[in-house]
Amino acid sequence: MSLELTATIDNRDLDISFSVADGETLAILGPNGAGKSSALGVIAGIVHPDSGRASLDGETLFDLPAEWRPAHARGTALMAQDPLLFPHLTVLDNVGFGPRSLGKSRRESRELARHWLAEVDASELAARKPSQLSGGQAQRIAVARALAAEPRLLLLDEPMAALDITVVPAMRQMLKRVLADRSAIIVTHDVLDAVLLADRVVVMESGRIVEEGATKEVLARPRSQFGAGIAGLNLMRGLAAGGAVRTPSGTTIEGLSEPPIADDEPAVAVFNPSSVAVYLTRPVGSPRNAFATKVLELEPHGSQVRVRTEELSADVTVPVVAELDLMPGKEIFLVVKASEVAIYPA
Amino acid sequence: MSATTSVGIPRWIYVPAAVGALFIVLPLVALASRVEWSHFFSLITSDSSVAALKLSLRTSALSTLLCILFGVPMAIVLARTSFRGQSILRSLVLLPLVLPPVVGGIALLYTFGRKGLLGHTLDVLGIQIAFSTTAVVLAQAFVAMPFMVVSLEGTLRAAGQRYEVVAATLGARPTTVLRRVTLPLVLPGLAAGAILAFARSLGEFGATITFAGSLQGVTRTLPLEIYLQREGDPNAAVALSLVLVVVAVLVIGLVRRPRGGQL
Amino acid sequence: MKRLFGILAAGLLLTAVAACGSSSDSSDGAATVPPRLKLTVFAAASLKGTFTEIGKQFEATHKGVTVTFNFAGSADLVAQIQQGAPADVFASADTKNMDKATSDNLISGTPVNFAKNTLEIATPPDNPAHITSLADLAKPGVKVVLCAIEVPCGSAAHAIEDATGVKIKPVSEEQAVTDVLGKVTSGEADAGLVYVTDVKGAGASVHGVTFPESTKAINTYPIAALAGSKHASAAAAFAAYVAGAKGQAVLAAAGFAKP
Repeated sequence: MSLELTATIDNRDLDISFSVADGETLAILGPNGAGKSSALGVIAGIVHPDSGRASLDGETLFDLPAEWRPAHARGTALMAQDPLLFPHLTVLDNVGFGPRSLGKSRRESRELARHWLAEVDASELAARKPSQLSGGQAQRIAVARALAAEPRLLLLDEPMAALDITVVPAMRQMLKRVLADRSAIIVTHDVLDAVLLADRVVVMESGRIVEEGATKEVLARPRSQFGAGIAGLNLMRGLAAGGAVRTPSGTTIEGLSEPPIADDEPAVAVFNPSSVAVYLTRPVGSPRNAFATKVLELEPHGSQVRVRTEELSADVTVPVVAELDLMPGKEIFLVVKASEVAIYPA
Repeated sequence: MSATTSVGIPRWIYVPAAVGALFIVLPLVALASRVEWSHFFSLITSDSSVAALKLSLRTSALSTLLCILFGVPMAIVLARTSFRGQSILRSLVLLPLVLPPVVGGIALLYTFGRKGLLGHTLDVLGIQIAFSTTAVVLAQAFVAMPFMVVSLEGTLRAAGQRYEVVAATLGARPTTVLRRVTLPLVLPGLAAGAILAFARSLGEFGATITFAGSLQGVTRTLPLEIYLQREGDPNAAVALSLVLVVVAVLVIGLVRRPRGGQL
Repeated sequence: MKRLFGILAAGLLLTAVAACGSSSDSSDGAATVPPRLKLTVFAAASLKGTFTEIGKQFEATHKGVTVTFNFAGSADLVAQIQQGAPADVFASADTKNMDKATSDNLISGTPVNFAKNTLEIATPPDNPAHITSLADLAKPGVKVVLCAIEVPCGSAAHAIEDATGVKIKPVSEEQAVTDVLGKVTSGEADAGLVYVTDVKGAGASVHGVTFPESTKAINTYPIAALAGSKHASAAAAFAAYVAGAKGQAVLAAAGFAKP
């Protein structure tokens, strides 16, 4: 079940194009307002783009302006962060709603509903009304309901965003199980969802796709600010200059470029915050990268403290914070060894 | 009272509020005090009274049915679509709410009457509406329809479309969505609209007397009977008025209950 | 805001007081002398045209007297008088309602019959059902509208049916003679039974068919000064004027018969 999509929405400044291979789970990552949900809406048939085309398994979903297949005829079940279980139906009938709508008998639909309730470990909830469920239970049922509709492509819009964090791991395990070998798109802002559930990642920013690739590749060598952010890495973008990267503001970062890049080609320099040291004065000697900046905020990061500045982050130990008397607004130098910086084409 | 309001209201406001309440309640008390209780039962069970009550209940039920059949689709179109002239259409549909019923009766007369817009066509088809029970039902539906549309459109808008979207992505056709999701979700609003429409139909007077005429068992509904009895037997008019008040109170009780529960 | 409320309240109060005070003048006396005497006449709805005219003539000959009218159904008028409405003269469309007033001692002196009215068939101008006689009203398929038996024009129609044996099956029994006339002028009904004066008053919008059997039910109009009147002599003078030559001329012109 493979998807091909190209679409633009003028008033939201959305212009995207991507594909999902048969049996593949694609994660769409990106900051709020990037257009991720709109993209899902376009595929599901509930948001009408201004132009573009999409096909699922070679069948046209839309080919504007000529063709537009309505939502109910697409086979693309959509599940949002709010489970939206029909309040007047029991759990069993909620799950059986899809099969029933597709013309199956009441008995058959209930049979299928029981099967999918078992899949999400919720068989014992069958007789309840949605108002009698916890948030986590309701979202499980919503997953079962979407799956029971036997979608050719399953669309998940931040399915765990509204859940209590204590139930997220179990939910994620369940999704991992049901998404295996299934064509699906999951919109998320949690890197763990991408790592555990997705084969491939698309990163969107401001209505555009800024990065795309296998999950591991994107997380290891991000090319976008957002990609680096979710991978927990520092990223500086600029043009290659003698094996280093020169940013538009004139800063130069030395590093290891692999493969070598021709000068003036777009390039990014990526390094781990734990490789960054913090100084109060500019250190002398050795080819080091040192950047004068100000502390923006301090936040706990595992056993360490993450020092955030305008563009970069550094992870330091608590004693270092105390010794340097770090606090927001303090002027510091961030220093990283060239050997810790990876430089590659953007 | 102090448990629910943290900020007090000015004390003087109780005075006009009490005057307002008295203004509504006192006439009802006066009406009840004028009833000749010794004859009450025989007054309200006379042939003409029973015929009027039966006719009123029957026509009101039918007009409520018309309101459901046509008002529900209208409310759905108004709440779920947008097109040019929609707000004008909405205003027109709601017009009978503020129109004097007698004007509605005259308008209906010039539409369905013998010499009306559709009168000739209907005549050819062998349908004669004037002076028939059908005319009563039409007059009632005309004035009651807006209650259904207003009540249901509000509920539909408040309910939003999120459930409908989910249902569509699960493969439900628009008709299935309407039947299995939209209507069950707005049932309280639909019920409230139907009860209000029924109550309005029950009280309809002006459009009926103008359009349908007045004949026992055919077109003389309870309000017409009350008005007529004022001439002949004022005691019967008072007794029947009280019956209508009781029915109205029951209806209001019915409307309030679903509101308190679900919505 | 508070001030506005106060002004509004005061205004309302003043209006209410003024309304209560204006209805009765304190002066009492003969029809000729006192300045600004206001006479209130309660008259049956069918007398609207004639009494308005008579009122004007009466004012012209009785300087200082202003006549105001309250036209309504006779039963309504009696009910209002019983509730203490400030009226000086009562003119009823039938003797039944005048009898009610008499038995409640609301009348001063005895009522005087001043006019008679009989029924006439009214049809739309083109007379689509070709009505030429009372018997035609009983033909199947003819849509006839009558007054309900509870109101005077209805009891008159009923009396004629009883006396002649013509059984009319009306499609509607209206509350008032004007409603019957409305159904005829709009063309909804083929015929209606109304008063001669109504046919005359409706002019070209209806076609009148007189029928000899109409004499079986003659409506008599009585008039009387009221016991509660503060202008007894003026009230009596008005009643006498109506029954006199001048009043009779106006009534006759409108189609009323002499009593």
